[in-house]
Amino acid sequence: MKDTVKRRLINVANAAAVFAALLLLWQLALWISRVPAYILPSPWAVARAFVHRFASILTSLEITGEESVGGLAASIVVGVIVALIFAQSRWVRRMFYPYTLLLQTVPIIAIAPLILMWIGAGTAAVGVIAFVISLAPVIFNTTQGLISVDENLVHLFLMHNASSAQLLFKLRLPHAVPSLFVGIRIASGIAVIGAITGELYAGSARVGVGGLGYSILYAFTQLQTDYLFALVLATTLLGFAFFFVVMFLEWYCLHDWHESARVPDAEAES
Amino acid sequence: MTPERAVPMVEIENVCKRYGAGHPVLDGIRLTVEKGEFVSLIGPSGCGKSTVLKLISGLTAPSFGSIRVDGMTPRNAREIVSYIFQDATLLPWRTVEQNVGLGLELEGVAKPARVEKTASALNLVGLAHVAKSYPRQLSGGMKMRVSIARALTTNPRLLLMDEPFAALDEMARDRLNEEILRLRAEQKWTAVFVTHSVAEAIFLSTRVVVLAPNPGRISAEFAVDFPEPRTAALRDSAEFDALATRVSHALRAALAPEEAAAAETEGTLP
Repeated sequence: MKDTVKRRLINVANAAAVFAALLLLWQLALWISRVPAYILPSPWAVARAFVHRFASILTSLEITGEESVGGLAASIVVGVIVALIFAQSRWVRRMFYPYTLLLQTVPIIAIAPLILMWIGAGTAAVGVIAFVISLAPVIFNTTQGLISVDENLVHLFLMHNASSAQLLFKLRLPHAVPSLFVGIRIASGIAVIGAITGELYAGSARVGVGGLGYSILYAFTQLQTDYLFALVLATTLLGFAFFFVVMFLEWYCLHDWHESARVPDAEAES
Repeated sequence: MTPERAVPMVEIENVCKRYGAGHPVLDGIRLTVEKGEFVSLIGPSGCGKSTVLKLISGLTAPSFGSIRVDGMTPRNAREIVSYIFQDATLLPWRTVEQNVGLGLELEGVAKPARVEKTASALNLVGLAHVAKSYPRQLSGGMKMRVSIARALTTNPRLLLMDEPFAALDEMARDRLNEEILRLRAEQKWTAVFVTHSVAEAIFLSTRVVVLAPNPGRISAEFAVDFPEPRTAALRDSAEFDALATRVSHALRAALAPEEAAAAETEGTLP
């Protein structure tokens, strides 16, 4: 147990060392090349901007976070419902699968302005954009999980005269949970991207105050490059936060029984 | 129903089975299993022995001919039938006791009765100590025991077993064979058992039926009248060996009648 703690500390220290080296390299490049700060600010300037404008960054984070969470939540609910319908018959899948594919292939940059036009610029429209872009992976993965149940398990249920509701809720749905999480993991990343893309178009009711995408555009037009960098950093942190929350939920739901949550002995040793 | 003769547990009348337009898998099968019998079906791969079980359980319908289970259609008889599959077919997200209680749960048995029957079934197979474990924590033999316990909770009068021990090592298999005999002596169910193993078939059965392939048909039958209760020592007896040799010969003849005939004529060639 003590050894694992020690190993983790070493891992963290290694990652920190790489980070420090990168910052140093960045600063060195600036000293040598003398690039002006509005093109590439120093790491120090970025850190300063992050601290000084923390309040507005937090506001942007909050707005984008809400839009992404809303979009993702809608994706999960709608995606699971659509997958449940798809799982009912091969015939339904053949008819509607191509249109689901369309969801994934249509460039969000192209339809974002349309959605804004239809719904009216604002957090609701941006949430819808996040929803549209993150829906397909939830549908695909959940459907796959629902239909890939071992035939003998289905036979077992039939031998006990199981109803189709029992087959769905006691067999197919729990069997699909690991696949659902694969879908959510992919969707969570692109929901954030969708929200930020939407904000680039959506503008804001108050000058200078909006989601991360809006603020990035604002910082860009004002040539506040250090602020822009700080916002990009915040965006990355938001993505990380999403990823870890989803990973935690996945672990929480699956660690009791699923193979993915088991640490193989050989790995635990090394 | 004639008064002097009890309704047989399984009555297969001249059954033919083909999938789609392909060659028949089974042809002209006639098999009667009386109550209290333990009948093993043995034969090479592709002789349709698993299909016989699927027909008896009503999971597939015959192309021709009729099947009665205790005088009922296979589908109507499911309440008195339990099916044990080749793999344990446990739901990985349920604990052992939840898995064992599955059949009762699907059939709508109230929770107190379910808990009691589950506990007694687990005791019967000696697995009370892992009731709260998940399937991934069990060995192959233990998983199979859970599967057997699950099959017994619904008090079946007919047990269909499709090579249940094929994936186990020989020691685990022998031990489970002995357990099956003990459970049958206590609970008096009838069984149709599919296997590849001659020794297993003889050790367990009151009758061994040999199937031949292309199309699947019954090619030989052997009554096994070793006294009960049988013990592990039976496997070492000369009578057991003699019968095993006869069954093996029948099996070889079933597998390749052409080859057997060819081998006879070969000697006469120059």
